[in-house]
Amino acid sequence: MKNKLLPFSIVFVFIIIFFIFYKGLQNTNIYTPDSKVSFEVPSVSVKLFNSNEIVNTLEIFNSDKFYLLNIWSSWCVPCKQEHSILMELTKNDNLKVIGINYKDTKKNANNFLKELGNPYDNIIFDNKGTNAIEWGAYGVPESFLINKNRIIKKYIGPLSKGSMQEIKLFIK
Amino acid sequence: MKILKLFLIILFIPPINILKADNEILKNKITKNLRCLICQGQSVYDSDSEFANSLKIAVDNKINEGLSERQIYSYFKSKYGDWILYDPSFNKNTYFLWLLPLLIFFIGGAIIFNKFLKKSK
Repeated sequence: MKNKLLPFSIVFVFIIIFFIFYKGLQNTNIYTPDSKVSFEVPSVSVKLFNSNEIVNTLEIFNSDKFYLLNIWSSWCVPCKQEHSILMELTKNDNLKVIGINYKDTKKNANNFLKELGNPYDNIIFDNKGTNAIEWGAYGVPESFLINKNRIIKKYIGPLSKGSMQEIKLFIK
Repeated sequence: MKILKLFLIILFIPPINILKADNEILKNKITKNLRCLICQGQSVYDSDSEFANSLKIAVDNKINEGLSERQIYSYFKSKYGDWILYDPSFNKNTYFLWLLPLLIFFIGGAIIFNKFLKKSK
């Protein structure tokens, strides 16, 4: 009885292990941090791109309007792709687009904006990349839809036409 | 007077260096326990990605602000979730992870103990 049970249980265990690994193969091994929806705007001092003024983030996101915070850089190729979408979104009166210029030089960033247009109401200058960490971002581009000091939606990677429609629905 | 000034300056240099060195050791310890989210499988300490370099600066800033090691970990955890830590804390998502080895150890121990008991009989 014992001898019969042993091979059977070994095969059974291997089948279970096979299925666990087989299922694991289909999962993506790239982790994306929990896109924490509904967390508050971090209150930190930041440097403004144009005036070099130091202000608190809460002063930037102070009205009841919707804000789209976009992390961008002149060296980031996907940022160029999504730029036309940002320009399109600025046409909405109910939405302000705020930029975080991530690990960039002012000269290159200004050239980028001259070439493609400036959709930003205000730009935070983050040449060390530490401001982006406050938002839980880990790359460029990333965007956050904000209303009443709360983040209601997070977009990792370039904005698509689909996400633009979604944003428009949110701010309606 | 000049000699006295020089003497005082020399006297104060070593403690500052020691303080700096202590911070550097703590920074290395913390960054070794933070996972780089861009180049997964590498710690922030080992990685040279843009994200990891920013994180190193952020850790440095937090140490200079006077935050403890535990506070720095919970700061990063609040931003990126448990995954960023190589040594996750004990909570409802990780209790299975922490308790499984103990459970296996006790079950194994019980089986061995049982066998010995049977043999001695």
